[in-house]
Amino acid sequence: MIERTPLLNIATHLILLCGLVLILTPIWLAFVAATHTLQAVNSAPVELWPGDQLWPNLREAWAQSDFGPKFVNTLIVAIGVVAGKVTLACITAFSLVFFRFRFRMLIFWMIFITLMLPLEVRIVPTYAVAANALSPFQTILDVTGISRLIQAVSGIEVSLEWNLLNSYAGLILPLVATATGTFLYRQFFLTIPDELVEAARMDGAGPLRFLWDVLIPLSKTNIAALATIMFVYAWNQYLWPLLVVTDRAAYGMVVVQLSDLVPDQMTTGGGTPTWHLAMAATLVVMLPPIAIVILMQRWFVRGLINTDK
Amino acid sequence: MAEISIRKVSKTFGKTTVLGGVDLDIFNGEFVVILGPSGCGKSTLLRLIAGLEEISAGEIAIAGVVVNALEPRERGCAMVFQNYALYPHMTVAQNIGYALKVAGVARAERQARVEATAKSVGLTEYLDRKPGQLSGGQRQRVAMARAIIREPRVFLFDEPLSNLDAKLRVQMRHEIRRIHNRIGATSVFVTHDQHEGMTLADRLVVMNKGSIEQVGTPAEVHDRPASVYVAGFIGSPAMNFLPGQISLVRRGVLLENGTLIPLAQMPVLEDGHLVQLGIRPEHARLTPRGRGVIEAQVDMIEDLGAQRLCNLMFEDMPFCVLIEARPPLPAGTPVGLDIPAEHIHLFDAASERRIEIALPLPVAAPAEALTG
Repeated sequence: MIERTPLLNIATHLILLCGLVLILTPIWLAFVAATHTLQAVNSAPVELWPGDQLWPNLREAWAQSDFGPKFVNTLIVAIGVVAGKVTLACITAFSLVFFRFRFRMLIFWMIFITLMLPLEVRIVPTYAVAANALSPFQTILDVTGISRLIQAVSGIEVSLEWNLLNSYAGLILPLVATATGTFLYRQFFLTIPDELVEAARMDGAGPLRFLWDVLIPLSKTNIAALATIMFVYAWNQYLWPLLVVTDRAAYGMVVVQLSDLVPDQMTTGGGTPTWHLAMAATLVVMLPPIAIVILMQRWFVRGLINTDK
Repeated sequence: MAEISIRKVSKTFGKTTVLGGVDLDIFNGEFVVILGPSGCGKSTLLRLIAGLEEISAGEIAIAGVVVNALEPRERGCAMVFQNYALYPHMTVAQNIGYALKVAGVARAERQARVEATAKSVGLTEYLDRKPGQLSGGQRQRVAMARAIIREPRVFLFDEPLSNLDAKLRVQMRHEIRRIHNRIGATSVFVTHDQHEGMTLADRLVVMNKGSIEQVGTPAEVHDRPASVYVAGFIGSPAMNFLPGQISLVRRGVLLENGTLIPLAQMPVLEDGHLVQLGIRPEHARLTPRGRGVIEAQVDMIEDLGAQRLCNLMFEDMPFCVLIEARPPLPAGTPVGLDIPAEHIHLFDAASERRIEIALPLPVAAPAEALTG
């Protein structure tokens, strides 16, 4: 429905303005806090205009949080999640939409159900698996009695172990194994007309050829959208890295580091809360996701103009 | 030997039978049109030939090789789809050349062949465009070019003209026939449009409810329809039917209201055999009241420009007559109808199949005199 009356225009703009203010105010306050000294930030009333301490605060926050290597870590994890997700989701959706096999709907629904179980809900079992990625197989061997059989025959005790704690794989894989991307692709693949699939078959293209030559080029904008969402999602991870990484010096992620700067009883020990540093660090940590969103948004638009829809 | 040989082919989806034991031979270089209403199984038959559906029972052979188990790409068929099915992200040149690319043809040769094919269908200026920037007719041409470039044994067309406007449809129809004449590959063309069927086909295959009603040249199918169904489907406006029974004594067909329509020759049937009498609108003639074989009333007259279509009511049945003149005939005017015996078609009322009337031989030149 498209209405064009001046009154409605004003009303919609007012609503949009309210939303904008609501979103921008905290960011503005964070920015202002990051530009003042410790004393100024902690004195009432709250400062509303920026001061001149931005650069020293940024440097201090960067040094205290050891952001250099942590940014590299987080970038590796975020890119790993994006790449893994884009690939895995594409292949899963491809098999679900374009192939007829036994239990297809069952598998589809099992993937669907995982949507209702985000990482936070299944964090304990996921941790158990991350501690030993082969434990499910060990369980299968134990329950079926195969491990006892092997021990009886060869005298070797079967004990499979693959520890993912404190590793990039441990950080990345559980974040990749979710259903969201699969659904995004599936919904798009379902809109591909059957005739196009048949035309490719007549032209002699096999399934993988079709995926590579037709489906992936057509889903470029979807890939961009998924990549953006997953990058921001991975970048902002807090709970999982906190749990799976104990060697913070080597595998620490920026958001976890950031939480150390946020003043609480433990960090300040009852001293003056260092909000100016926490806010300065927040600004830095926010930059890469913002950059990605801005970059990808331009790309979306280009993609949309080029398609013939 | 038949280029495509279809033997007792049936296709079922679950419990629904779409094709029930179809037999058909299509000869080398022939243009065959499969004609029928939607849901008659004509597209399914085409897709079985292409290999896009699995054959439930029976056998299809192309060039003497049974292709039941072969993938579409191994059958040597090219297909033109109803909605063109062009790859939207590729340029026209890439669309046309894609099959060659998949087949691993070298870039230089590919480019040369794409250009030659594009030239033959008049697409040279559009090679760098995307399908989205083309008109319907141009897209149709790209779809044709994509099929031509593979130099297939068999061309399959799945209602390729139904998305075009009327004028363009006629133009593309001519173009398809010209391309067929030039290339000489066997073509199978599926449509629900009888004009396309009549004009394009060397042979027409009329289908109904999953089986073949009649196979023949367009003229045969039109002049000697094998069943009530074919008679009603081919020809526009549709044939008129009058139910009645054979009267050997009065040498004609006795209609239900007692009117007798005389026949030139009597078919070999017993007295009282129930029949459907068919007469095409262009063959029936309007006469002044009381001067025709039957009496009817004018319902309305539609002016088609070159001709007038008189919709009459005979008893409670509609009856159509095509006339040249523009008579002032308001609705309700009683008129007479003359039904020339030489143009009458007879069908068995129960089986709905054609009953041959041994007509006196028509005065026509023998076939050799025409072709020789």
